[in-house]
Amino acid sequence: RRRMEEPLEMPPGEESKPCSFSGELPADPSLQVEISDAVSERDKVKFTVQTKSSLPHFTRPALSVVRQHEDFVWLHDTFSENDEYAGIIIPPAPPRPDFEASREKLQRLGEGNSTLTREEFAKIKQELEGEYLAIFKKTVAMHEVFLQRLAAHPILRRDHNFHVFLEYNQDLSVRGKNRKELLGGFFRNIVKSADEALITGVSGLKEVDEFFEHERTFLLEYHTRVRDTCLKADRVMRSHKSLAEDYIPIAVALGSLGTQEVQQLQMSFLKLAELFERLRKLEGRVASDEDLKLSDLLKYYMRDSQAAKDLLYRRLRALADYENANKALDKARMKNKEVKSAETHQQLCCQRFERLSTSAKQAWAELTDFKSRRISAFRKNLVELAELELKHAKASSLLLRNTLIVLKGDV
Amino acid sequence: MAAEREPPPLGDARQPELEELEDGEDLFTSTVSTLESSPSSPEPASLPAEDISTSSNGPKPAEIILDDDREDLFAEATEEVSLDSPERDPILSSDPSPAITPVTPTTLVTPRMESKSVTAPVIFDRSREEIEEEANGDLFDIEINVSDPEKVGDGMNAYMAYRVTTKTSLSMFHQNEFSVKRRFSDFLGLHSKLATKYLHVGYIVPPAPEKSIVGMTKVKVGKEDSSSTEFVEKRRAALERYLQRTVKHPILLQDPDLRQFLESSELPRAVNTQALSGAGILRMVNKAADAVNKMTIKMNESDAWFEEKQQQFENLDQQLRKLHASVEALVCHRKELSANTAAFAKSAAMLGNSEDHTALSRALSQLAEVEEKIDQLHQEQAFADFYVFSELLGDYIRLIAAVKGVLDHRMKCWQKWQDAQVTLQKKREAEAKLQLANKPDKLQQAKDEIKEWETKVQQGERDFEQISKTIRKEVSRFEKERVKDFKTVIIKYLESLVQTQQQLIKYWEAFLPEAKAIA
Repeated sequence: RRRMEEPLEMPPGEESKPCSFSGELPADPSLQVEISDAVSERDKVKFTVQTKSSLPHFTRPALSVVRQHEDFVWLHDTFSENDEYAGIIIPPAPPRPDFEASREKLQRLGEGNSTLTREEFAKIKQELEGEYLAIFKKTVAMHEVFLQRLAAHPILRRDHNFHVFLEYNQDLSVRGKNRKELLGGFFRNIVKSADEALITGVSGLKEVDEFFEHERTFLLEYHTRVRDTCLKADRVMRSHKSLAEDYIPIAVALGSLGTQEVQQLQMSFLKLAELFERLRKLEGRVASDEDLKLSDLLKYYMRDSQAAKDLLYRRLRALADYENANKALDKARMKNKEVKSAETHQQLCCQRFERLSTSAKQAWAELTDFKSRRISAFRKNLVELAELELKHAKASSLLLRNTLIVLKGDV
Repeated sequence: MAAEREPPPLGDARQPELEELEDGEDLFTSTVSTLESSPSSPEPASLPAEDISTSSNGPKPAEIILDDDREDLFAEATEEVSLDSPERDPILSSDPSPAITPVTPTTLVTPRMESKSVTAPVIFDRSREEIEEEANGDLFDIEINVSDPEKVGDGMNAYMAYRVTTKTSLSMFHQNEFSVKRRFSDFLGLHSKLATKYLHVGYIVPPAPEKSIVGMTKVKVGKEDSSSTEFVEKRRAALERYLQRTVKHPILLQDPDLRQFLESSELPRAVNTQALSGAGILRMVNKAADAVNKMTIKMNESDAWFEEKQQQFENLDQQLRKLHASVEALVCHRKELSANTAAFAKSAAMLGNSEDHTALSRALSQLAEVEEKIDQLHQEQAFADFYVFSELLGDYIRLIAAVKGVLDHRMKCWQKWQDAQVTLQKKREAEAKLQLANKPDKLQQAKDEIKEWETKVQQGERDFEQISKTIRKEVSRFEKERVKDFKTVIIKYLESLVQTQQQLIKYWEAFLPEAKAIA
C-alpha cells in the first residue's frame, strides 16, 4: 500500500490501522476520502488522495490526485481565515513530515563507524529503517485523518476549496505563496495568543455566554497541561528506544563470548545472547506502542485543543472588534469626523458578531463534540496501551522464565 | 614486592629462624598440639622453604608452599595437575574423571617450614571434619559481610569506616562470629601484604577495589547527596566481594595477615597504600608485564598449556571489557528511563486534575500512579543491572589482570633461571681460565662461586617448576570459581528481570479496568 523510494521492510506486527484519535468518524458513503499511496522523496512526500463520492458537485464518482504537505496547510488556512466558519472548530492541520532526525541517524550509521561489528551494524540499520518507516506511516495517517474529519463535517465538506483540493488534478501551486504564508501563520499564532491575553486582561472582556467562558478557562489550562504531558511521554518513549538500542551491543558481545568461552559457560552466554536479542525486539515494541497510543494521542489533542481555543478566540476577537467599533462610531459621531467609514466598519463588525452569535449553537455543538471525541479517543487508546503493555510484559516474562529453566538445568 | 629469594642457609643457621618464627607466630602455637594427634602419612618434604622479606608489619610471615600431588584442596578437580602430565586438556574437561580420584584429604600442608629433619611437615590446624567437608563440595564455611559505613572525623582527614563481620565454624578462628571496623586503606594494606607474599609464586590474589579520589573527596567534604551515597554503597559492596573472594582462596584463607585483618580490633595503619592500592599494584604488574614483553623473552615454552592460557585470558579480557562497556550504557539509560517516567507521572497527574470529565480524570490519575510505580521498578532494575551484572564484569576484568600478572611472574622466573645458567657458564669458563693461568688463590674463589651458582641454577629450576605447577592449580581453581560465579550471577540477574516484568503485569492488569471504565 505504501511505497517508498528506499526499499524498506515492513516491521512485523504493524498493520496500517486507521487513525483512532479523532474518535469514531461516521462511515459516510456519500464522501469517502483516503490516502491510498505515498512516496517519500528527498525533501518531500507526495500523497495520493483518493475520493469516492456520490455528492453532486463532484464531476466524477471516483477521483485521484497527488498532493504535498503544503497543500494541506493551505487548505487548513483557508478554513481558519474564513469568517463563515468562525463558529467551527477547524480540524488541526497535519504536522509537517519530519524525517530529519531519522535520516541523520541513518546517514551517520552509513558514514562508517569502525567500532561496530558487522552484526551490530546490520541490527542498528534494521532498527533505524523500522523507525523511518514508522514515522512515514504516522505522517500518512495524520494527513489522512485531517481530510477525513473535513469530509465528515456537515459544513466543511461542502467547502469549495476542499472540492478543489480533492478534484483538481493539476498542481495546486500553493507552494511559493505558502512559504510566506507559513511564516505569516507562525507569527499570526503568536499575535493571536498575545492578543487574547490583551483582550481578556486589559479590557476585562469576558465571554457573554457562561458556557463559553467556562470552556475557555478549561481549554486554556487543558491545552497547557496536555502539551506538557505530551512532551514527557515523548521522552519516556525515547528512553525505551535507547534501552532497546543498548541491547544490541550486549547481545553481540554475549554471542562472541559464547563462541569463545570455556565449554561450561558457552551455553549460558549463547542463551543470554539470544535472550537479549529478543528482549530488544520487545523493548522496541513497547517504545513504538507508547509512541502510538500515548505520545501521538496527546499530540493530537494538543493540536485539537488549540483548534478549539482558536474558535473561542475568534468569538472573543469578534466581540472585542464589535465593541471597539461601537466606541469608534460614537466618537466619530461626536467629533463628526469620518463618520461614514466608522459606520461601515461598525456594520461589518456587527455582522461578524451576529454571525458568531447565530453560530453559537454551532460552536456549542462543536465543543461538545470535541469533548466526546476526546473522551472516546482517550478511552480507546488507554485501553489499547494497557493491553499492549500487558502483552509485551507477559511475553518478556515468559521468555525470561524459559531461559531461566534452561540455564538452571545446565548447572 | 621485591622479594629476595636467597635459599635459606643450611645447617645450624636454620634453627634460630625456626624458633623465632615459632615464638612470633600464632599460626604455630596451635599446630604444635595437632602434631601430637598424629595425622596419617605425612608427606615427605620435597621443596625447601623460602624466606621472603616483606614490607608488612608484624612478625615475619612464614613462607607458604603447597605440597604437591596429594592436593586435597583441589580434590574436586578431575584432572591431575603436573608439569609432566600428558593430559594437558582444557581444564575442567567434561569427560568423566580419569584415573585420578578425589583424595580424601588426610594431610593438609600449609604453611610449611623446612624443619630439622627434612621429612615431617608442619601440619596446619584443620580438623579432619572440616577437611572432609571441603572435599565434599561446600567449601569454606565462612561468610563475610561488609556493612554500616560510618563517617569518622571531619574535613579532608575524614574517612569511612566499615564494619567487617565474619561468621564461621572454622576452628582457626577464635570465635564463630565476630566483627571489626576497618577503613579502605586497611583493605588496600591487606591486599598489598597478600600480593607481596603470594603473587610472585603464582597465586592469583584477588585485587582490591580501586581508589577514587573524586568519590572520596565528595564524601569527606560532607556532600550528603545521592551520588555520594551511591559511591559509598558501591564501595561497600565491592569491599565485601573482595573479601569474599579472598577467603574463598584456600591458601589465602590461612594467611595470618588475613586473619589479623578479620579478627583484630586494632590494626596497624597500612602505609604507602597509595602506591600499593589495587590500581597501583595493577600498574606495577602491567609495567612488569610490558617490561617482560619488551625484553622479548623468547621463552622456550615447552608447555603449550601456558601459551594457550595466555591467549585465552587475553581474549576473555577483551570480550569482557566490551560487554562491560555496553552494560554500563544500559545502566545509564535505564536510570534515564526511570527519571523520565517519574516526570511523566507527575505531568499525567496534573492533566488528570485539569480534565473535567470525571471518569477520564480518574483514569488519568490512575495512569499517573501506575507510572510512578513503574518508575520505582526501573530504578530497582537499574540497581540490579549495576550491582549484579556490571560489577561482576568489572571484578573479573580486574581478576584477569591478576591472572596475567601471575603468568608474567612465571616468565620472569624462567628468565632468572636462564640468567643463572648463563652466569654459571661464565663462572665455569672463568675457572677454566684460572686453571690454566695457575693462580691457586683465585682458583678457590672461582670454585666457590661455581658451587654457589650451581645451587642457584638448581634453585631457579625448582622455582620455575614450582610456580608452573602452582599456576596450573590456581588457574584450574580460578576457572572453576569463574564458571560458578558467572552462572550464579546470570541466574540472579535474569531473576531480577523476571521480577520486573511480573510487577509490570500486575500494575497494568490493575489499570486496565480503570481505562475501560471511562464512559
